[in-house]
Amino acid sequence: MKFLSDRALERLRDSAEVPDLTGTRYRLLERVARGGMGVIYLAEDEQLQRRVALKVLDLPEADGDLADRLFREARVLARLEHPGIVPVHDVGTLTDGRVYYTMKFVQGQRLDTHIESMASVADRLRIFLRICDPVAFAHAHGVLHRDLKPANIMIGPFGEVLVMDWGLAKILPKEGAQKSQLSDPEATIFEKPGQAAVSKGLQGAPIATGHGTIMGTPGYMSPEQARGDIERLDVRSDVFSLGALLRFVLTPDSIAGASPTKHRLDKAVEAICLKAAAPNPEDRYNNVQDLALDVARYLDGLAVGAHRETFLEKGARFYRRYRFFILLIAAYLAMRVAILFFLHR
Amino acid sequence: MNEEGFQAGGDRFPPTRRSVIEAVRSIDAEERECALESLCAAYWKPVYKFIRLRWKRSAEEAQDLTQGFFVEVLERELLEKFDPAKARLRTYLRVCVDSFVSNEDKAGRRQKRGGNISHVALDFAAAEQELGGMVMDPAAIPSPESLEEFFEKEWLRSLFGIAVEELRQFCATRERERTFRLFEAYDLEGNESISYEQLSKEYGISVTDVTNALAWARREFRRIALEHLRELCGSEEEFLREARAAFGKDVK
Repeated sequence: MKFLSDRALERLRDSAEVPDLTGTRYRLLERVARGGMGVIYLAEDEQLQRRVALKVLDLPEADGDLADRLFREARVLARLEHPGIVPVHDVGTLTDGRVYYTMKFVQGQRLDTHIESMASVADRLRIFLRICDPVAFAHAHGVLHRDLKPANIMIGPFGEVLVMDWGLAKILPKEGAQKSQLSDPEATIFEKPGQAAVSKGLQGAPIATGHGTIMGTPGYMSPEQARGDIERLDVRSDVFSLGALLRFVLTPDSIAGASPTKHRLDKAVEAICLKAAAPNPEDRYNNVQDLALDVARYLDGLAVGAHRETFLEKGARFYRRYRFFILLIAAYLAMRVAILFFLHR
Repeated sequence: MNEEGFQAGGDRFPPTRRSVIEAVRSIDAEERECALESLCAAYWKPVYKFIRLRWKRSAEEAQDLTQGFFVEVLERELLEKFDPAKARLRTYLRVCVDSFVSNEDKAGRRQKRGGNISHVALDFAAAEQELGGMVMDPAAIPSPESLEEFFEKEWLRSLFGIAVEELRQFCATRERERTFRLFEAYDLEGNESISYEQLSKEYGISVTDVTNALAWARREFRRIALEHLRELCGSEEEFLREARAAFGKDVK
């Protein structure tokens, strides 16, 4: 009997998950990755003859209300048409009862890989602002992402920024999209029902400890989300994740949420990170637009709302912003003084 | 080759295949012996490796104890005392192994055994090779806490090994040797870089054919593995639990 290596065992175990796509328009090509909610495969849409990413959720049985809710909410997600959001093409049920959905197959680099090649802080902040756009768009349409982290941001071959994996996304009630309290805490897209407790607790590894409790990624998950306090989740929970993401973008070698003293940032941008990732939702930015505005103001050399400047800091900022003109005037004045000096000799 | 007779997703254990727990209680001696052989085929390697590592026995002693253990299972009717409601068969057997080796030590018994399980080929040399340097290298010996995990993993390796072997034979009878070779190359060799495209070029077939062949082989592998698993479980409940542990998802 042939000896099976550990790798072969894993592969055989995984093979059990391989979806039977009989009756669908898709043909399975390859397994791409395993996410927190299921496995992603590369598949071919045989009707349209294009490659798609096919995600099969870890749902052994999707029946009744749960299936209805999944489909309803998948449709809401599919309506999020934004260049920064990977579009959902299709949703369905496999013969074994598992729910799948297909989306655009994105080829590119993950943010954590891409950011290493970017030396300029300004470029990094511009990338961050482009992450904020689709998140703000989703919030405006009443959808929370709930799992924003570097691994879920892709930079496409033409520099396009895409927010991926909306598997933990949560639908907000229409009027409450920007409010702090939610009336429908269970309205969650593709939530794992009744799954056995899993808590890896690793940086970057998603946590799912059962229905309606803790879902997200340590370091990027807001405290209220980490507590499973889903009734308090609102757009500020994603603002927290964006704050952690902002710190990562500026100091990629840091652990999200790490002590600010470990990695020295400019005081203003440090204040933005701290305000966005404040433990108390009331202390954070009210929405993503406010956070993005502060970052944009920082990029433009303007005062940011998160930081009250001292007179010296104001002066330093003023100097940084108008350095060229200040140096030009200084040079002109120096020249005038020199001319006057030589004329009166 | 057609795939008639196999339902897509039809991996529920066929009701005709009896559990070893039921079979050992049979009045039919032949059925009892078959049940023990099935049990021995699936468990001898995990038991042997467990004795080598947990009890730090020499290869020769471990061989003797492994054979002795299965003889004891038969003679003392240990499987008849197993209650599926209280524990998993695997856990029960591991505890029995501990108890057996401990008792053997106390009694100071040493005797050559194995006559009653002669139908199962126990390739101890292969098992020893699989263990590699683990016994010799103290750092590689699993800690007591991880020994249970080790036993479970070896049991899974044994179960999947049997299923792979049976799949090989099944493919041969259906003249699907190429399918098995594809399955072996993609799923068993542990080559991370291999792709369907590479296999299609190597075998001179389309990517679609590779995809279909692998899908078929995996489905059959899973069916066979689940059949054996069902045989080695004491109840439907235990089977579902074990299937989840083995395959990482619910089996319906």
